[in-house]
Amino acid sequence: MKKYGIDPSKGLEFGIYTLGDHLPNPLTGERISAEQRVHELIEYAKLADQAGLDFFSVGESHQDYFVTQAHSVVLSAIAQATNNIKIGSSSTIISTSDPVRVYEDFSTIDLISKGRAEIIAGRASRVGLFELLGYDLRDYEELFEEKFELLMKINEEEVVNWSGEYRASLRNARVIPRPQKGFIPIWRAVGGTPASAIKAGYAGAPMFMAHLGGPASVFKRTIDAYREAAKMRGFDPAELPVATAGFFYAAETSQQALKDMYPHINEGMKKTNGAGFPKQHFAQGIDPHNIMNVGSPQQIIEKILYQHELFGHQRYIAQIDFGGVPFERLMKNIEIIGNEILPAIKKYTKKAEA
Amino acid sequence: MKIVALSGSKVGSKTRTAMNYTVQKMSDKYPDVEVTLLDLADYDIQFSDGRNYLEYEGDTGYVTTTLMETDAIIIGTPIFQASIPATLKNIFDLLPQNAFRDKVVSILVTAGSAKHYLIAEQQLKPILAYMKAQIVQTYVFIEEADFYRKEITNHDVLFRIERLVEDTIVLTETFTEIREKKEAEYDF
Repeated sequence: MKKYGIDPSKGLEFGIYTLGDHLPNPLTGERISAEQRVHELIEYAKLADQAGLDFFSVGESHQDYFVTQAHSVVLSAIAQATNNIKIGSSSTIISTSDPVRVYEDFSTIDLISKGRAEIIAGRASRVGLFELLGYDLRDYEELFEEKFELLMKINEEEVVNWSGEYRASLRNARVIPRPQKGFIPIWRAVGGTPASAIKAGYAGAPMFMAHLGGPASVFKRTIDAYREAAKMRGFDPAELPVATAGFFYAAETSQQALKDMYPHINEGMKKTNGAGFPKQHFAQGIDPHNIMNVGSPQQIIEKILYQHELFGHQRYIAQIDFGGVPFERLMKNIEIIGNEILPAIKKYTKKAEA
Repeated sequence: MKIVALSGSKVGSKTRTAMNYTVQKMSDKYPDVEVTLLDLADYDIQFSDGRNYLEYEGDTGYVTTTLMETDAIIIGTPIFQASIPATLKNIFDLLPQNAFRDKVVSILVTAGSAKHYLIAEQQLKPILAYMKAQIVQTYVFIEEADFYRKEITNHDVLFRIERLVEDTIVLTETFTEIREKKEAEYDF
C-alpha cells in the first residue's frame, strides 16, 4: 500500500472525481461557458483541498458535452492551485495516447504538485475518440493492454527497452522528467464488471472501480474477482489498493437529495449516453445496501461504512457535479463532507497503531 | 404520441405491404399520432461495432435515434431460415441494452409457411423482453397465401392488423399513464 502512497492506518481515503462534463443545468436549460466550467473545476479542487479531502481527479472524454479533453492540462492548473490533496485522472484513455507523452505529462504534474500526481488509465466507455484520434476500434483491447504495460514499464524503469505493435520501439530511451518519488501510482480503471476487474488483477495494478447504482453486494463480487486474479498471478492483494467511485449527493433529507440530484443525472445521461436513469432505480439509491451514496449526511456515513466493511477498500471517490449541478451546490456538498462525513469516516475506519 | 413502424428486411415486398397497410390504418384511426415508417430496404445501415448509438452517423444514426425517441414500435418482420432476418437483429445490436424501456413494442410477421408461427414467440419476444419492452402479446401472423400482387386479400388479416394497431395505441396510452402516476409518487 505504501508504494501507492496509501496509509490504511489513517482510515478510508475520501476523494472527488469529475468526468469534466459540460452539460446544461436541466432546471434552467442554460449552460455555463467552457471557460467558466474549467475555472469552476479548478475552484472545486481547491475547496476539496481546503476541506481536507484526500484526492481529486479529472476525466478525459472526447465528445460533445465535455470540456476536459486536455485533462492533464487542467490537472496541472489544479496542481498549482492546491497544496495537499492528491490529484489524478479519471481516467486517462491510454489506448489512444502515447504512454511516453502521458508519463512525461504526469511526472511534470507530479513535480508541479510536489509529489501528488497519480494516473488512472482506462480504455474509454465512449469510443468516439478512436475515430477522432485515428485508431481502429477493433484494436480496443490490445491497444489498452499494450499501452498500459508500456506505461507501467516506464514507471518502473527510467531507461526503457521495449517493442510492441502499436508504437515505435524504444531503445535505451530515457523517459524524463522523473516524478518526485521516482514512481507514480498507476491505477486501472474498471467499469464494475468482474471481467475487466480480473484483467486489472492479472496486471497487478491498483483498481479504480466506477459504478452507477445497484446493490453493493454485487460489486463485492467484482472486488473479490480482482483480488483472486491478482493472487493467481503472484501479487499480494493486501498490497493492492482498491478505490470505488460513483454518484454522491448529500442534503438535509434523503428525499431532498433525490430531488436535487435526479434531474441532473437523468438529463445528463440522456445527452451523453442516449438513455436516462430510470426513476424507479434512482429511488432505490437511498437504500442502505445500495452503492449510490445519496441521502442525508448521517445516512451517507452509514452507507460508506457498510461499503468499507464489505469491500475493505482504501479509497472512496464521489461524483457530485455531473449534469450541470450549480456551483453553490458543489460548495455546499464539499462543506458537508469536510465538516460531517469525512471526520466520521476517518474516525471509524482508521486502524489503531500496532 | 410517436410511433415507428419498422419494416425489418431488405428482401421482398410482403412485409412492406403489410406495414403500409398498418401505417395507413394508424393514420386514419389516430390522426394525432405521429407515425414514421422505417423500411430497412430504404437505408444503408452499417453493422454494429459496439459504439454508443449516438456516435453513428448517416442512415445508421438516423434509424437508431428515431427508434430511441419513439413511444412505441410496430415491428414487421419476415422469417428467413427459421429466424428473424439479420437486418432486424442488427438493429437490436446497434441499440443499448435497455433501449426499449418505457416503450411498447408490437409484432407483425409475414412468412412462407405456417410452420414458422412460433418463431416470433420463441426468438423475437425474448430479445424484446431482454431490452425491457412492454410487449403487445398478440401478434399478427400473415402467410404467403394472404397476399396477391402487393395487396392483402384476406379480410381476417386486415381485421387482425386493425386490432394490432388499436392494442398498440391502447397499451402505450395505458403504460404512459401508469408510469406518470408512479413517477409522481416518488416526488423527486
